[in-house]
Amino acid sequence: MTSDQGEERGVSRRKILECMTWAGTGVLWTVVGGMPRSLGIMGEAAAAGASGLTFLQISDSHVGFDKPANPNALGTLEEAISKINALTVRPSFIIHTGDITHLSKPSEFDDADRIISQARLDVHYVPGEHDVLDEDVKLYRNRYGRGSKGAGWYSFDADGVHFIGLVNVVDLKAGGLGNLGNEQLEWLEDDLNGCAASTPIVVFAHIPLWSVYPTWGWGTEDAARALDYLKRFGSVTVLNGHIHQIMQKVEGNVTFHTAMSTAFPQPAPGAAPSPGPMKVPDDKLRSVLGITDVTFKRGQQRLAIIDQPLQR
Amino acid sequence: MRTISALRIAAALAVMLVGVPRAVAAQPAPAAAAEVEIDQFAFVPQRITVKAGTTVTWINDDDTPHTVASSSKLFKSKALDTKDKFSFTFTTPGTYAYFCSLHPHMTGVVVVEAVTGADATQ
Repeated sequence: MTSDQGEERGVSRRKILECMTWAGTGVLWTVVGGMPRSLGIMGEAAAAGASGLTFLQISDSHVGFDKPANPNALGTLEEAISKINALTVRPSFIIHTGDITHLSKPSEFDDADRIISQARLDVHYVPGEHDVLDEDVKLYRNRYGRGSKGAGWYSFDADGVHFIGLVNVVDLKAGGLGNLGNEQLEWLEDDLNGCAASTPIVVFAHIPLWSVYPTWGWGTEDAARALDYLKRFGSVTVLNGHIHQIMQKVEGNVTFHTAMSTAFPQPAPGAAPSPGPMKVPDDKLRSVLGITDVTFKRGQQRLAIIDQPLQR
Repeated sequence: MRTISALRIAAALAVMLVGVPRAVAAQPAPAAAAEVEIDQFAFVPQRITVKAGTTVTWINDDDTPHTVASSSKLFKSKALDTKDKFSFTFTTPGTYAYFCSLHPHMTGVVVVEAVTGADATQ
């Protein structure tokens, strides 16, 4: 399986998605020549990692959650970190796409930090709605907001890739979806002005920036404006969480991908009365939780994305 | 428990009208109360009608935290974990829209009606 031919990539991606659906640990992202891809198998990840940037995405750790869908969310987060530490190709850093905690409690943030720091990697966070339960978002920003704007948005560069962390979980409007807001969108436009169209862009935010299922609030009200600013770029990868399951869509130069949770699964859109935590048999839980590994290789169009379950 | 507040109030009034001795009826009526459940990412009932002075209590039956936030910012609960409650007393007639500020597709309405002369004297 080569990773430099679009058709084959498409096939392998589908295979990967199948694996992920049934397996589910995390997503290994590889930026290959501009487009991040999920890598399906460890061998491919190792190959891509040899000459590219590899980073890791974890999401929705919900530390503090103790309901039947997973009475020990801290334990499964710890398993996810062990999985990261056992990767053949060590990622350069981690991005966490929000819902670090379940109830924004200081003790939950402490527990999350204690476990996640065991990966001994830089972690770039964006908040989920569960991390901003205090009115003024102080708990999250005091810990993770250094150098960020507004409710916690920022950008950084790594190996020629421009990363943008966005916040779409504050100031939500009645009847609406996720929300970026005017101030953040203006900042985004300005931030992108400094980038050449050939710069690979990775955008990460908690709630999907594409319309996954608005009936359950799975989308972002003003994402179209953000995507408009991104359309001149040859390679854009959008990484989200929130829906606790893997979904992927490719639209032109933009690849959208959502990661598994490390805490509990949620039902497929419309498959249950509500998007609440989904109880699966105990021996299946670790097959629907996971991490995502991504590798970028210069000269290739897409990033390689591998979703890995805690247990196959 | 999907009690419809209007029925409750009607039942309370019926008791007062029929079965309560005059001496007791002359005392101030107990404060009216109504309940809204938060269940499966929905406010149940989604729309309730109460008399002015009614205290509405929301209870979260989900495994996910929710809030009860007035669209006009008249009231807002803290994040309600499973089985947490939030109450607000509606004193002024009107239509009050609210939503969950964490999951804003969840919306509800409280319609507050004026207490009529008959309500007050009976």
